[in-house]
Amino acid sequence: MSNQIIQGILLGGYYALIACGLSFMFSVMRIINLAHGSLAVFAAYALWWLASRFHVSPFVGLLIVLPLMAAIGWTLQRFLLERSARGGALLPILTTFGLAIVIDNLLFEQFGADTRSLAPYIGSLSYDSWEWPGSIYVGKLAVIMFATAVVLLGGLQLFLTHTRLGRSIRATSEDPDTAGLVGVDARRVNAIAAAIAMVTVGLAGAFLGMRATFDPYAGAPQLLFAFEAAVIGGAGSLWGTLVGGIVLALAQTLGAQVHPQGFLIGGHAVFLVVLFVRLSTSGLGLRGLLRLPSRSAS
Amino acid sequence: MSLLSVENLVVRHGLLQAVRGVSFTVERGERLALVGANGAGKTTLLRAIAGAHQPAAGRVLLDGADLSDVPSHKRVGMGIALVPEGRKLFVQMTVEENLLLGKTAGRPGDWSVDRVLEMFPNLKPRRHARTGHLSGGEQQATAIGRALMSNPDVLLLDEVSLGLSPLIVDRVYDALQGLISSGTTIILVEQDLNRALAVSDRVICMLEGRVALEGSTRDISREDVTKAYFGLHRKSTGSVPA
Repeated sequence: MSNQIIQGILLGGYYALIACGLSFMFSVMRIINLAHGSLAVFAAYALWWLASRFHVSPFVGLLIVLPLMAAIGWTLQRFLLERSARGGALLPILTTFGLAIVIDNLLFEQFGADTRSLAPYIGSLSYDSWEWPGSIYVGKLAVIMFATAVVLLGGLQLFLTHTRLGRSIRATSEDPDTAGLVGVDARRVNAIAAAIAMVTVGLAGAFLGMRATFDPYAGAPQLLFAFEAAVIGGAGSLWGTLVGGIVLALAQTLGAQVHPQGFLIGGHAVFLVVLFVRLSTSGLGLRGLLRLPSRSAS
Repeated sequence: MSLLSVENLVVRHGLLQAVRGVSFTVERGERLALVGANGAGKTTLLRAIAGAHQPAAGRVLLDGADLSDVPSHKRVGMGIALVPEGRKLFVQMTVEENLLLGKTAGRPGDWSVDRVLEMFPNLKPRRHARTGHLSGGEQQATAIGRALMSNPDVLLLDEVSLGLSPLIVDRVYDALQGLISSGTTIILVEQDLNRALAVSDRVICMLEGRVALEGSTRDISREDVTKAYFGLHRKSTGSVPA
């Protein structure tokens, strides 16, 4: 049992990684990015392409792919999401939905339907494990992922609370108009926030490729896991995202323990329970659902 | 040259014309009070000067430079700071963080967190408290401090006494007194006519989006302003139907 719990917690690190960008974009720009999973798969393909074509280790490949993802995030926000956000709350959702379809099919056209993985390019790391007390074997990759999630979420938290840019991001997310009136360039801040979110998506894509396989249409399940983890943890709270990821993964692991088909069902069940509890305690509406802080100032 | 001039400014909220062709100038070091009834267009005018509303016509000039295409965050960098109506603090953030945000534009000057806390000693123990948990007076002090942190040339104060008890209003104005006498250029919107007249050099009374009366505080009587406030001055021209 303790083995399942530990494995579940470690898997939660992966979910937290993939939920981090979704939650960050939602809390700062109020945009639910439905292309989130597809962009992660895109990053995985980029790493796979570098590895298979140029023999670049995926870890080294991140040095190329993460800046690329940042540039993509900046461009998306500046030229697509910002414009669509002017058309109301629904339009960005539709825009990112369309973007997901475009990305999925471009990947399919370019790389075909074959299932890929980054595991062959990271040597024995994909299956190596450490023995912990109590004869519990934990995958090295799983531990690295969990540590990465903690460092990333902690780093983002520190960045948001202790740097000038972080304060500007928080101010913009709370009230973009007033942020402008105190001298914050809300457009620039949002574009930077999108770039940061996409860097986290790139990392999540890398780990997706290393721990499992992916194909051009693998984005949707990733989006689903990210969404569930973000909602369970309460979108907008970084540490909440980690908790949400762990809760989701534990539910899946324990679900699989109950029944071989229980993996996904366990996760969905916990997600729905959290959803209904939150709905009944905070009244109806997306705002209460995602545990958003109130925007009014006085 | 005037520090700030507003020329034939028209601002609309959809179909509603809130400001209808307002013109005035403010000299460096001058303190201008804007008075008028609710809905007269005072807040919209201040927000348009700060860049939060795009005018439909007319323009705002700062030191002779046209601000028409300058977004609000750049205007802060050029020296215009607004203390918005309703304070509009970032309630999830602390007093100190709100004040530091005021420095974003990076204008050189001698305002610092410590100096703001010096000016509003009641904020000192609240420095690391979230502004959502503060009293109205403390919030107003933070909002004023946040605007000052940008080291503005022109400070726009929008109803700083709104929602505060008279005692707290006195305290806020006491704190502002140093600023007012130090020669900072100030445009303030104030509902309390006595107070508006007491702290300003010049007063503009707005009515339905237009300037109903403008004059030096010394030459204008309270009665004149009251008449303009209610639109009674127009009776003499016979333009107001009964």
